[in-house]
Amino acid sequence: MSEAAAGDELLSWDSRARRVVTVYVPLALFVIVLLFPFYWMTITAFKPDSEMEDYAHHSPFWISSPTLHNFNVLLFHTQFPRWMLITISVAVGTTILSIFCSVLAAYAIERLRFSGSTHVALAIYLAYLVPPTILFIPLATMVVQFGLYNSPISLILTYPTFLIPFCTWLLIGYFKSIPYELEECALIDGASRWQILRRIVLPLSVPGLISAGIFAFTLSWNEFIYALAFIQSTGNKTVPVAVLTELVTGDVYQWGALMAGALLGSVPVALFYSLFAEYYVSSLTGAVKE
Amino acid sequence: MDAATAEAAVVTWRLARRPDSWITRLFDYKPFLIGLCLAPAIGLLVVFLTYPLGLGFWLALTNSTIGQRGHFVGLANFISVLSDPVFQLSVFNTIFYTAAATVGKFGLGLWLALLLNHHLPFKSFLRAIVLLPWIVPTVLSAIVWWWMYSPQFSIISYILVNVLHLRSTYINFLGSAWPARWSLVVANTWRGIPFVAIITLAGLQTIPPSLYEAALLDGASSWQRFRFITVPLLLPILSVALTLSTLFTFSDFQLVYAITDGGPFNTTQIMATLAYQVAIPGSELGQGAAIAVAMIPFLVALTAINYFGLARRKWQQGPANE
Repeated sequence: MSEAAAGDELLSWDSRARRVVTVYVPLALFVIVLLFPFYWMTITAFKPDSEMEDYAHHSPFWISSPTLHNFNVLLFHTQFPRWMLITISVAVGTTILSIFCSVLAAYAIERLRFSGSTHVALAIYLAYLVPPTILFIPLATMVVQFGLYNSPISLILTYPTFLIPFCTWLLIGYFKSIPYELEECALIDGASRWQILRRIVLPLSVPGLISAGIFAFTLSWNEFIYALAFIQSTGNKTVPVAVLTELVTGDVYQWGALMAGALLGSVPVALFYSLFAEYYVSSLTGAVKE
Repeated sequence: MDAATAEAAVVTWRLARRPDSWITRLFDYKPFLIGLCLAPAIGLLVVFLTYPLGLGFWLALTNSTIGQRGHFVGLANFISVLSDPVFQLSVFNTIFYTAAATVGKFGLGLWLALLLNHHLPFKSFLRAIVLLPWIVPTVLSAIVWWWMYSPQFSIISYILVNVLHLRSTYINFLGSAWPARWSLVVANTWRGIPFVAIITLAGLQTIPPSLYEAALLDGASSWQRFRFITVPLLLPILSVALTLSTLFTFSDFQLVYAITDGGPFNTTQIMATLAYQVAIPGSELGQGAAIAVAMIPFLVALTAINYFGLARRKWQQGPANE
């Protein structure tokens, strides 16, 4: 009996050690490597210039005298607040436009059921596979022709091309999960199609709408090549483009200000994401499973 | 209930049942409704996706520059682009970048997913922070990598030299061809691991535990359980993730543009950055469009390979699993 207990204990200790080596150690390494760049970005943003490049006297992993100097430069000596405002308005504008279009399209494809609806769905999915890098040159010429060059409106109109396919696909999945009986009951009670969409389908797919909205918001915040190609004037740039093109000047890189810009540009998305992390994960996995 | 309220109720009921106006009937007419619902999405996609795709082909056949409509020049752009050594190098770089980063992302991402699939404390918190590299704007994290690859003040070199004492000199990450290429692959892999891991994790969680129990009873080893249960059941979802991942890595732009901008001497130039450089700063729209169009066959081939991989799986499983 006691021998068996000792054996059990040995076994459990052995399996625990094994678990530490095979699970916890690699997992910790993954987390460190995945998060280190953010740590490095944050710590550099708060470092004074004297510590930034003097590894002999100051350990690079910590700050002896943290400073807000870099943020001061960024917020009051560049147009950073304006870039932020433009990025937010573009992201909000595109998100609303894309969700509006996607809800209608997904409702038509999944609930109105017409012949060829699967082909329309497939065509929309294929649109998702067309990368912006092969479209930006012709789009740039179109933007110039429409007189939208240097205007954030050009971004609000072009971003939905990669957001609508994704959001539609996601919402089709959500609409599928709503029982038909609900709609049939509403039809019998004399509701019109619009009332069904507004009063029954939309309230039931709120999680899907949130997921699609978060996804659209983050993707348009992160978009780079269109914003780089369509907007030249300093005042109308979005944060990702502006940090790279306006803060890198000449041969001397202002690493402190660059990192502060990267940090401030990432924080809104990270915050937004942390509030809705579960929705984000479900949208990411949901759309792939469909 | 007195007579007045009863009468009022009848009146409202009558109002509610009055014959539908033509506009209500129009909105309940299905073909009209379908058209109306699809119009915004299809309209935007046709104007800003399908049309520019066609326009791109047309531009590639002209000698357009910025501010000037060009003339039709046939295949001249393609001929000059294809014989350009910088373009050939960029094709090689793009293929290398895609292949190496995809192997890294899927290898490490799969491993991370298997690790996260264990019973762990703070599991959902871990899953949330692991996804961070994928959420943050690519350019901004690319700038951090650029700073970490700095020749004099690289923290990676500092760790290797001063902390771990593995090397005696700092690494010049972005100074020559191969170190620069590998540096880009590492940065791209770092960004892609969370995407693969989270999708794979979702796939892992749909595998019923009873299958593993049955395999255990039959005496299967852990490798056999992985090989004959996990892998086949994950393949469909992995295949979709692989399609998206390879497509977006192949057509990547921002990471390379931010970290090396194609340098040193075009040795890390990929097709997308070359197209940008030729078309926008170089203002040769026709040539740039030709480079962008040259990416399409690769993208179609990648999709086809993945699609037929997936289709074969479906065929093996039988039509019932559609």
